[in-house]
Amino acid sequence: MDNTFTPIEARKPPSGAIGPIAWMKASLFSSPVNTILTVFFAYIIIRFVPPIIDWAFISANWVGTTQEECTKSGACWIFIKQWFSQLLYGSYPESLHWRVNLALIGLVAVVVLQFFLPQHLRRRVGWVSLLVYPLISLWLMYGGFGLETVSTDKWGGFSLNILLAFAGILMSLPIGIVWALGRQSEMPFVRVVCISSIELFRGVPLITILFMGSVMLPLFFPAGVQLDKLMRAFIAITLFQSAYMAEVIRGGLQAIPKGQVEAANSLGLGYWKTMRLIVLPQALKISIPNIVNTFIALFKDTTLVLIIGLFEVLSTIQAALQNSNWLGGHHIEGYVFVAFVFWVFCYTMSRISVHIEKKLDTGHSRS
Amino acid sequence: MSTQTKSSTIDSIVKMEKLNKWYGTFHVLKDIDFDVAKGEKIVVCGPSGSGKSTLIRCINRLEEYQEGSLTVDGVALNEDIKNIEAVRREVGMVFQHFNLFPHLTILENLTLAPLWVRKIPKKEAEATAMEYLERVKIPEQALKFPGQLSGGQQQRVAIARSLCMNPKIMLFDEPTSALDPEMISEVLDVMVELAEEGMTMICVTHEMGFAKKVADRVIFMDAGQIVEQNNPQEFFDNPQNERTQLFLSQIIDH
Repeated sequence: MDNTFTPIEARKPPSGAIGPIAWMKASLFSSPVNTILTVFFAYIIIRFVPPIIDWAFISANWVGTTQEECTKSGACWIFIKQWFSQLLYGSYPESLHWRVNLALIGLVAVVVLQFFLPQHLRRRVGWVSLLVYPLISLWLMYGGFGLETVSTDKWGGFSLNILLAFAGILMSLPIGIVWALGRQSEMPFVRVVCISSIELFRGVPLITILFMGSVMLPLFFPAGVQLDKLMRAFIAITLFQSAYMAEVIRGGLQAIPKGQVEAANSLGLGYWKTMRLIVLPQALKISIPNIVNTFIALFKDTTLVLIIGLFEVLSTIQAALQNSNWLGGHHIEGYVFVAFVFWVFCYTMSRISVHIEKKLDTGHSRS
Repeated sequence: MSTQTKSSTIDSIVKMEKLNKWYGTFHVLKDIDFDVAKGEKIVVCGPSGSGKSTLIRCINRLEEYQEGSLTVDGVALNEDIKNIEAVRREVGMVFQHFNLFPHLTILENLTLAPLWVRKIPKKEAEATAMEYLERVKIPEQALKFPGQLSGGQQQRVAIARSLCMNPKIMLFDEPTSALDPEMISEVLDVMVELAEEGMTMICVTHEMGFAKKVADRVIFMDAGQIVEQNNPQEFFDNPQNERTQLFLSQIIDH
């Protein structure tokens, strides 16, 4: 026997094991059922996708300014084009649209800052920007202090959805955290208040809360005190989603082993430091998918404010459809457009969440 | 070196008197009288459910008790959160499952409490942390996360983490029970070294070799009571109580 080890030279895999044909065999036609499914879906794609592409792009009407110029059989995108400004800004005075734009650009900047700042600046600048931005954007949108005032009933369109959603997200996370911690409190009074309020807001449809906020809330205020309609909608949505957020975070809190708290306590960390430094960072991290899920739900829920008469993007579409110059039935174009815009935003949020998860992953199970 | 240690009550750093604890209606600790002198090394053993973990967890108030009194380093442990936190600052604890913070690096695990509890400047805290990592022989792991370390390494980090707070007493709650057999000795070595430096230690463990080597006193508990306590020589060679004899025969006879 020879005692030296000679490695066998690596050989190529047999020709049937790799390449596109092998892949198709393995993935698409591996069994009769799989073959039937493949054929079925191929049929669906061939049958439906080309007509949709034809409608949306090839036979679509892109150029022009009036309904009459929509002569081709496809989508009448002129409708969207003509109403675009309304869809984005609502009745916000045209000469002041730059203020809305600035607020939206600021929002993008604030979000981007959280990711691209160098580590040592991110803590300080990132957090400060999150706190200061809402005030600046509120000032830009509403005016005052040298800017012309634009009352909130003029705000509208998709910018209203975005700002409402962002404000809701900024508020619902901290409220949800406090609510979730309160729910686990050892003080019975705090616990009972938190549980009952969470269950109240979670157990009632958002539309009901919006109506209550819009119709009933003013009854509790002394005569003469008026709370802005938008403010009421904002409070309603925020409380509603905060209740969900609280439950999401509670799930995360419960997943943290008790030993973590014990270790922190044994080192002399008190309740708040233990929560802030040990428990919440871990609980929030594992809750990210569900937190973003709640954010996305909140964003889509902003369309519901139309029922209390705020002109967000959907109600703007409805108004446009009833305009006497555009009675040709452009429902499909309108709703497809809104659906597409929402999808782009929600998909972006979900990608950001995946990015954050990857970034925070220390890659290894907890001890 | 153990001349001044032996049960001189004036020097007691832990003093339990008629301590009683219940979980609901279950009586876990019954009339425990227990003194620990400064610098003393105590090993607590006993069958599972005998209350030994609960006993040492009372000392840093991870468990509360219902009757009796407990004084640690001159501070009465009662409901007062100020007292509890004062005691916890001076008492380190090492757990069976390490309980490192998985979202922080090893170095951050070590500096967290010095930074936030002792308010020591970061540079200084990191220097101290590295010193202790050297002592437990894993300075090269400082920037890794706990999940990347073996069980034995994690437990040594856990010991170093407690030591960074410069505690007066160290509690060990079955520190080697969750380890793979080949990693037990590296952890015990660190504990022996610590004992040789004069640290006051209370260890719940079944490592009888360790007990023989470093303990000043071995305590045997069963059913929430201290059944027998003696120096290791006497305890192992000449156990007085029938229950102790049975226990020792069970853990040694296989």
